[in-house]
Amino acid sequence: MTRYMLKRTIGAVIVMWAVATLVFFMLRIVPGDPIAAMLFDVGDPAAAEEIKEKLGLDKPMYVQYAKWFLLVLQGDLGNSIYGSNIQVNRLIAEAAPRTLSLATLSFIVATMIAIPAGLIAATRKNSNLDHGVTFFAFLGLSMPDFWLAILLIIVFAANLHWLPAIGYVPLSEGFWPWFSHLILPSIAVGTAFSAIVARMIRSAMLEVMKSDFMQVARSKGLRENTLIMIHAFPNALIPVVTVMGIAFALLMSGAVVVENVFSIKGLGRMLIQGILNRDYPVVQGTILIISAIFVFTNLLVDMVYTLIDPRIRYDK
Amino acid sequence: MTELLEIQDLAVEFVTPIGRVQAVNGISYSVAEGEVVAVVGESGSGKSVSAQATLGLIPQPPGKITSGKIRFRGENLLELDDEAIRQVRGQRVAMIFQEPMTSLNPVLSIGRQLTEAMRLHLGLSKAEADARGIELLSLVGIPDPDRRLVQYPHQFSGGMRQRVMIAMALACEPELIIADEPTTALDVTIQAQILELMKDLSARLGVALIIITHNLGVVARYAHRVNVMYAGRIVERGNADAIYGNPAHPYTVGLLNSVPRMDKPRGSPLEPIPGNPPDPANLAPGCAFAPRCRFATERCVQEVPDFVELADGHAAACFEIEAVRREAAE
Ligand SMILES: Nc1ncnc2c1ncn2[C@@H]1O[C@H](COP(=O)(O)OP(=O)(O)OP(=O)(O)O)[C@@H](O)[C@H]1O
Ligand SMILES: [Mg+2]
Repeated sequence: MTRYMLKRTIGAVIVMWAVATLVFFMLRIVPGDPIAAMLFDVGDPAAAEEIKEKLGLDKPMYVQYAKWFLLVLQGDLGNSIYGSNIQVNRLIAEAAPRTLSLATLSFIVATMIAIPAGLIAATRKNSNLDHGVTFFAFLGLSMPDFWLAILLIIVFAANLHWLPAIGYVPLSEGFWPWFSHLILPSIAVGTAFSAIVARMIRSAMLEVMKSDFMQVARSKGLRENTLIMIHAFPNALIPVVTVMGIAFALLMSGAVVVENVFSIKGLGRMLIQGILNRDYPVVQGTILIISAIFVFTNLLVDMVYTLIDPRIRYDK
Repeated sequence: MTELLEIQDLAVEFVTPIGRVQAVNGISYSVAEGEVVAVVGESGSGKSVSAQATLGLIPQPPGKITSGKIRFRGENLLELDDEAIRQVRGQRVAMIFQEPMTSLNPVLSIGRQLTEAMRLHLGLSKAEADARGIELLSLVGIPDPDRRLVQYPHQFSGGMRQRVMIAMALACEPELIIADEPTTALDVTIQAQILELMKDLSARLGVALIIITHNLGVVARYAHRVNVMYAGRIVERGNADAIYGNPAHPYTVGLLNSVPRMDKPRGSPLEPIPGNPPDPANLAPGCAFAPRCRFATERCVQEVPDFVELADGHAAACFEIEAVRREAAE
């Protein structure tokens, strides 16, 4: 297992390096540059060359790359070249907990809705309950999450005053302030995901229920609950875990639109801002973090597989 | 011998998009305590469906039991509610299935699958159930049972898995085991081993056994009584000796000529039955075998023949038994 983990970690680092490098060059190849973006603010064309020189953008690309890469190896992602030149590390340290909080809570909401809904739909196939779940799943899928977000704000914040409408409070300032600010956005993001996952659980369960081993289990006189939860569900989870892993990674790269609706300044928002401003270090830094999240979520999913499925062992 | 199981006039149909499939069409047979009974027939003749009906395992819908009784020690299993039939399953009547490769749950350990029925039905503790699980594994000839108990299905070969299935069926000491083509998916050498094992255990433990098979050649050595099924009906029934030595239905004769046998000289030619079994979705009014039968007459196409008793317990549903017998004598 340790050897396997080592191999996978090295693989993950290589993937991250490849993504970061690709982004580094792509940013510089696509039209539009940071100076143009800045000059729009500064309004002084004469300053252009000076800024370019100061930022090292006048050097050949491979020199810029080498410089950046050496800094990254030391854990320094550089400074934003826009506005107050704040350290990218600090920006990330601020944004990442927000996104992590929102992603985790949304994921929990999604799972808490999806598993019972999917199981009910599968075990009472073609009943009214199943049709109800299917209806809400399609509703959840076709309704944009920002729209649900706005609805939630109107009802629970503006009208009922139960929960705050916008903003984010760090966990260090208390559980409830942190949690109360995240409830509505987590529901908005989690509901959309739960619809997909519930449908997946339903079809995976229906598939498993048809297997020979379910007929065998039934012939042993087991209770219906045992059949569903012990015999069928773990088998149905195997395909679902893959999708849940991807879903979690996507959530971690930021639910940009919902973050915007609730003014949560997370990674997604930071990335979009960085791209609009052609703020190279910010974009490179955020992408590096997001790709790290992706590869390590993947690794985590593979570990979860070994817990569910005894056929999968990585020690060979 | 007292009758343990009596199936009377059982009929099962499936409502499918292409129409009603009459899978089982009024069959009756019985199994005495400790007896080994074979149900033989080609693919699609309704063998599995009739077996599944016994334990209430037919998916409804699309399936529907349209008539009949299945008496187990006098009690009609078809009238039991969900909870009562659940108590029969595994505990009093156990089942072994055709596909050992897919019949075990891949994510649960052999021990869990072997012991769960004992813990549920017999109320054994985990330690007691595990101890008995180990005993059962060695009973069915699995070496190193302590170690095997904690392993998973993918660590077992097909033959070993079928042994596990047998151990599972024996777990709660049922009175009847229904084995639905228990050896079809296995190598020939392993087939013989498994059948031998089942017959031996049945005799030793006094468990009655229904062996479902399409192979009339192999069951010979293992069954006391044989029921031959064709297109949802039983066409001939009798003691194994009578069926093999003195078959009366043209279909039985055809089946016997199409499989290698131990009581014929090696190298005697095999003659497959010409034609195909009928489509159970639209059965003709007369004898279902008539289109493939050399002896068929006008009457066979129009009427379904009743059973003709030939000897004690030996009967065939055919209008032309005389002709069949005459030819056999020549
Ligand atoms: N769930 C189902 N839905 C529709 N038709 C079914 C279903 N199960 C069985 N049947 C039909 O019932 C008929 C009898 O099937 P059954 O499985 O009993 O045959 P069998 O004699 O066991 O054949 P085999 O040797 O292939 O196992 C077949 O024509 C089959 O198509
Ligand atoms: Mg079958």
